[in-house]
Amino acid sequence: MNLNEIYTEIIAEHSTSSRNRHPLEEASIKLEGKNPSCGDEIVLELLIKEERIEDAAFTGSGCAISQASTSMMIDLIKGKTVMEARQLAELFSAMIHKRVSDESQLAPLEEAAALQNISNLPARVKCAVMPWRTLEAATEKQPLE
Amino acid sequence: MQRNYAEDFPILKNSTSNGKRLVYLDNAATTQKPASVINAIRDYYESSNANPHRGAYPLSERATELYEGARQRVADFLNAAGPDEILFTKGTTEALNFVASSFAMDIVNEGDEILISIAEHHSNLIPWQMVAKAKGASLKYLYTDAKGELTEEELDAKISPRTKIIAVAHVSNVLGIVNPIEKIVGRARQVGAAVVLDIAQSLPHMKVDLQALDVDFAAFSGHKLYAPMGIGVLYGKRQHLSKMRPMLYGGGMVEDVSQQEAVFLEAPYTFEGGTQNVEGAVGLHAAIDYLMGIGYDEIKGIEDELSLYVVEGLLNNPHVILYGNSHPHNRTGILSFNIEGVHPHDVSTILAADGVAIRSGHHCAHPLMRHLGVNATCRASLSFYNTKEDIDIFIESISKVRRWLRLESK
Repeated sequence: MNLNEIYTEIIAEHSTSSRNRHPLEEASIKLEGKNPSCGDEIVLELLIKEERIEDAAFTGSGCAISQASTSMMIDLIKGKTVMEARQLAELFSAMIHKRVSDESQLAPLEEAAALQNISNLPARVKCAVMPWRTLEAATEKQPLE
Repeated sequence: MQRNYAEDFPILKNSTSNGKRLVYLDNAATTQKPASVINAIRDYYESSNANPHRGAYPLSERATELYEGARQRVADFLNAAGPDEILFTKGTTEALNFVASSFAMDIVNEGDEILISIAEHHSNLIPWQMVAKAKGASLKYLYTDAKGELTEEELDAKISPRTKIIAVAHVSNVLGIVNPIEKIVGRARQVGAAVVLDIAQSLPHMKVDLQALDVDFAAFSGHKLYAPMGIGVLYGKRQHLSKMRPMLYGGGMVEDVSQQEAVFLEAPYTFEGGTQNVEGAVGLHAAIDYLMGIGYDEIKGIEDELSLYVVEGLLNNPHVILYGNSHPHNRTGILSFNIEGVHPHDVSTILAADGVAIRSGHHCAHPLMRHLGVNATCRASLSFYNTKEDIDIFIESISKVRRWLRLESK
C-alpha cells in the first residue's frame, strides 16, 4: 500500500472542501447515509426537477474517504438525469469492487475515479461506497411533499 | 538488560506489514500467541486427540486429563473455590449471555433494576437490555466522570434495594481504567444484588483473585490472554451454578436419558453440551503457564513503563486528544485518542502504511462513545511484548497523519 495513491491531493481537497457541504433549502429529496460501525454520517439533499438533478449538497461528518467521495459524487451528478446518476453510481460500485478497472471505461466518473485505489483497501471500501449507496436509495424515494 | 518477550512470539519475529516490521498495538482486541501455546495445540493433535469423557481407551483418557487439567489450572489461576466453578465457553460474549439467560432471567422481576456502567462493551450491555425488556425491569447506568472513573457518589446514587444485578468490566476496553470492584461488591452485598464481572481486559495485565473479590460471576476470553480464539471461561459461584438451567442440551451433559426424560450431570458438565474445544483449553492452559512463568510483577513493570512512554509521546503532539485518565498508571496499557481534524479510520490506514496496527472505531461501546461526545476513537493497546522501539515508530507515524491529509504543510 502506498499512501500517495490513497491520500492524493484531490482527495484531501474534496474531504475538507465546503463547496458542496451545506444544507439545500429547496431540496425535494433528503436522505441520511451511515456507516454505523465507522461513525461516517451524511445527509444527502437533492433538488430533482423533471427527472434531472438540478442541485445537490450534503452535510455530515466522517473519514476523509467518505467525505471526499460524497463531495466528488455531488460535483459529478449535478445537472445529470436521475437515470444517468444511477448509472454512475453503478459504475462507481463496479470500480470499487474491482469489476471494472479499465481507465477509459471509468472516464465518466471524472474526478471520482481518483478513488479507484481504495479498492485495494478492503476495510475502507464501505467508506467510499456509502454516499453512492445513499444516492441510489435517495433516487428510489418519493419526493418530499 | 530487560528480556525482549517478542522473541517468544513467532508472528512478531516473522511478520512484516506493508514491507515493514509489524508493530502490533491492538492487544485489547486480541493478543498474539507465544510459541509455547502454538506448540501445545500441535502436540495435542499429534499425541492426545480423542473425544474427552467418552471413550474408555488411553487416548480419550489423555484428552479428558488435558481438558480437566486446564479447568483445574484456570480455577487455581483465578483462585476459584474449585474447578466445578469453571465453565468453558467460546469466550466472554457467550459467558455473559449465559449468565443473562440462565441466571438473570430467573431472578429478575418486573420493577427490578439491572445496573451496568456506561463504559461497558456491547457484550456486557446488550444481554442486559434483553433481560430488562423481557422481564419489565429497568436497565440503569453508572456514568463515568470526566476522568472516566466511577465515583463513590455515583455508586451510592445508583445502587438501591431494587438492584438485582450489577454487571461491570474490571477494566474498560476503551479507557483502560480499573473500576472500584471492592466498593461495588461491598454495596451490592448490602442490597442483595449479584455482581457479574467482565475480566477480559484486566486478566492479561493483573492478578485477579475471585474469592477475594467475592463476585458472583466472572468472564474472560482466552484470545485476549495469549491463548487461542474460541475458548473462554465463565466463573460462577457454586451456589448459583447448582440452580441454573443448561443452555445447550445434548451429548456430554446427561447422566441418563429415557424416551421422555433426561437426568442431567452436575455443574460444570451440565453446562457443556456437545464435544468441547479441547485444543482451546489446552492452549489456554499453556498460555497461563507462560504468563505465570513471567509473572504479573514483571508484566506490570514493563507495561507501566511503556504506558508512561507512550502517554508522554502522545501528549507531546499538540493535535492529540487523549481520553480518560491522564495518569499512565491507571490505564492498563489502553490509550484511546483522536487527532484533531482527522477521522480515526484515516489514522489507522495511515499508520498501517508504517506497519503499525491499532484499532479505530467505536470499540463495541456505542453508548460510551456518545457519553464521551465522540463518533469514534483510535485505540492503541499494549502488551509486555511491545518495546520502546515499537512506541517510537508509532509516535513518529502519528506525527505524519495531519500532513497526509494536507492539514499541515509537508
